[in-house]
Amino acid sequence: MADSESSQQRRRDYWRENLRIMAWLLAVWFFVSYGCGILFVEELNKISLGGFQLGFWMAQQGSIYVFVVLIFVYVRLMNKLDKKYGFDKEDEPETDKKEDA
Amino acid sequence: MDVKTWTYLIVGITFALYIGIAIWSRAKSTSEFYVAGGGVSPLANGMATAADWMSAASFLSMAGLIAFSGYGGSVFLMGWTGGYVLLALLLAPYLRKYGKFTVPEFIGERFYSKTARVVAVVCLILVSVTYVIGQMKGVGVVFSRFLETDYNTGLFVGMGIVFFYAVLGGMKGITYTQIVQYVVLIFAYTVPAIFISLQLTGNPIPQFGLGGDVDGTPLLAKLDTVIQDLGFNQFTTDVMGSKLNMFAYTLSLMIGTAGLPHVIIRFFTVPKVKDARLSAGYALIFIAILYTTAPAVAAMARLNLTQTIQTGKVGALEGNLEYEKRPEWFKNWEKTGLLEFRDWNQDGRIQYYNDPSGLGEAHFALEKAQAQLATAESSKDQNAATLIAETQAAIIAAKKQIAAAKTKHAKTPFAQHGWQGNEMVKVDKDIIVLANPEIAKLPGWVIALVVAGGLAAALSTAAGLLLAIASAISHDLLKGIMRPNITEKEELKASRIAMVGAILMAGYFGLNPPDFAAGTVAIAFGLAASSIFPVLMMGIFSKRMNRQGAIAGMIAGIGVTLLYVFQHKGIMFIPGTSFLGDLKENWFFGITPNAFGAVGAAVNFAVAFAVSKKFGPPPNEVQELVERIRTPGD
Repeated sequence: MADSESSQQRRRDYWRENLRIMAWLLAVWFFVSYGCGILFVEELNKISLGGFQLGFWMAQQGSIYVFVVLIFVYVRLMNKLDKKYGFDKEDEPETDKKEDA
Repeated sequence: MDVKTWTYLIVGITFALYIGIAIWSRAKSTSEFYVAGGGVSPLANGMATAADWMSAASFLSMAGLIAFSGYGGSVFLMGWTGGYVLLALLLAPYLRKYGKFTVPEFIGERFYSKTARVVAVVCLILVSVTYVIGQMKGVGVVFSRFLETDYNTGLFVGMGIVFFYAVLGGMKGITYTQIVQYVVLIFAYTVPAIFISLQLTGNPIPQFGLGGDVDGTPLLAKLDTVIQDLGFNQFTTDVMGSKLNMFAYTLSLMIGTAGLPHVIIRFFTVPKVKDARLSAGYALIFIAILYTTAPAVAAMARLNLTQTIQTGKVGALEGNLEYEKRPEWFKNWEKTGLLEFRDWNQDGRIQYYNDPSGLGEAHFALEKAQAQLATAESSKDQNAATLIAETQAAIIAAKKQIAAAKTKHAKTPFAQHGWQGNEMVKVDKDIIVLANPEIAKLPGWVIALVVAGGLAAALSTAAGLLLAIASAISHDLLKGIMRPNITEKEELKASRIAMVGAILMAGYFGLNPPDFAAGTVAIAFGLAASSIFPVLMMGIFSKRMNRQGAIAGMIAGIGVTLLYVFQHKGIMFIPGTSFLGDLKENWFFGITPNAFGAVGAAVNFAVAFAVSKKFGPPPNEVQELVERIRTPGD
């Protein structure tokens, strides 16, 4: 089943935006775990957060909370993106007749 | 009621529940058997994924590991949760869109190659089998310690339960039991943690209790001082190996997690692409509840354990617990051999400290050698003479070692207190979670609950792994390659038989754990990270990746990882066959074998891209497949 030109373009645009969202979220993922939890942990440990040193807290608690938030942000952004490109209606097969705004 | 009655009661109730679910949720089609009919809600799947993922290791061992490695233990916390971000963003939605039953099936179709599919099946089975052995062992150990049956009986009961719901219900039965098992295990993990946090810090939430105060000083600061006074590294800054090692270790665990087939197939069970994303989020919430509690359990248990033995000031005579006055739990664990004490300075008190001179270990080595000599002398073996000579040499060596250690020990501050080496010759890390409720003097039903939780964690993971193995055999090897024409009914029957076979094999290895079982983590995560994750990712993100590249990459990734693990731990972990020895000097940039998966993955990617450039792009229909899985809809 070959896609029409416009449909192909639509898929490509969707994919490009998807990659951008991914790149941002993975940058945060990297920063909180490898950055705060490992590479800069000594510097962050100089800051205290209640009874914690910040670096230690990031490594054993904070990064995990951020991971959870990241996935839900991703879910939200992708649902929005699906809607924007008309990929949210899974049940009805998409046809090439449908033109996009 | 005593602890044992409680344990029988609670474990009995949970087992009855699992069997009830098995009868209620029989699978009637291959789709139900492999992917629960594809109709599981994201929330339910999230919970099932959490139980699937959290194994005996997460439940029983992780807090113990963190308790004794402090900050360094963060690699497990970040590694085993951060992998879900990769899974949600890089794999789950696309594999769900692909919409079939198994991981090798995707690899075979995407790389238009039966060879690729077979290589994937081999990786999957290697990963899952090594992993499942650990679970079966966990079941046997928990049974023998708490229900006082022997290890084999425990193993058979565990096999019987899994047999019931996995063979009858396939993925459908496994999913619903995993949901119940999640509830059991999370309840069992958090209840004692809440009690202990309340006792120590007055805060009922362990995550906050970890940052709370004990007698006016922050818990972590106090723990740091208490253990540093005893010569241990500071808890909150104890780096594991080097920072590079921690970095590589965390990365290996993350991409290994995202590449574990039994976790990936859980995302085939939800109805839509957006459900797969959401489900990964729910799964991580459910996992995070345990994973953020674990460091609190770890720090509190370490403090409790240390202060039980070191009751007062270091150096004061009354500062150390009298052996005769040791608590009940101490005696119970001594019986299992996981906790051992020797009174080196014969003062009737316990000195538990980290002594760099190794005097305690040297004493212990002498004791062992003397015991061996006694057995050798009384044995009628023809080799007794050589054996006696060997042990006598060992005794002389141990005595020399003691003399050297004594000189060193004399320079430590501990010598002034009349201490003569660490007297806790064995403190097994694995006892932390199981002993925790006893150490904190919690009621019997809490201890029983922890036992049921440990069993739930082991059984739920075992079932998920067994399904991954069974479906790879019946769906990929039999239906996909050997006999493509069998009917659905025949395939369903074959998948049940494959499941029975997988359970028997797991049971066999549980009874006769091979040497390589000890290296489970290194092998399972190393292989998943170096083979399955990269090939899936390239299959989705690179349209240009062809079959030659994928196969070469997988083989190179696995090859280099196995080579590294074997060269340090022995070929198939057989002692004495390692060709470089497990020596720090031989580690590649100080990276431990367990942390090598990340390097293996990098090799996989590099080889795959280099090789793929030499050959043409994949056929058009494959490129269209890639286009199609990248977008939801259709």
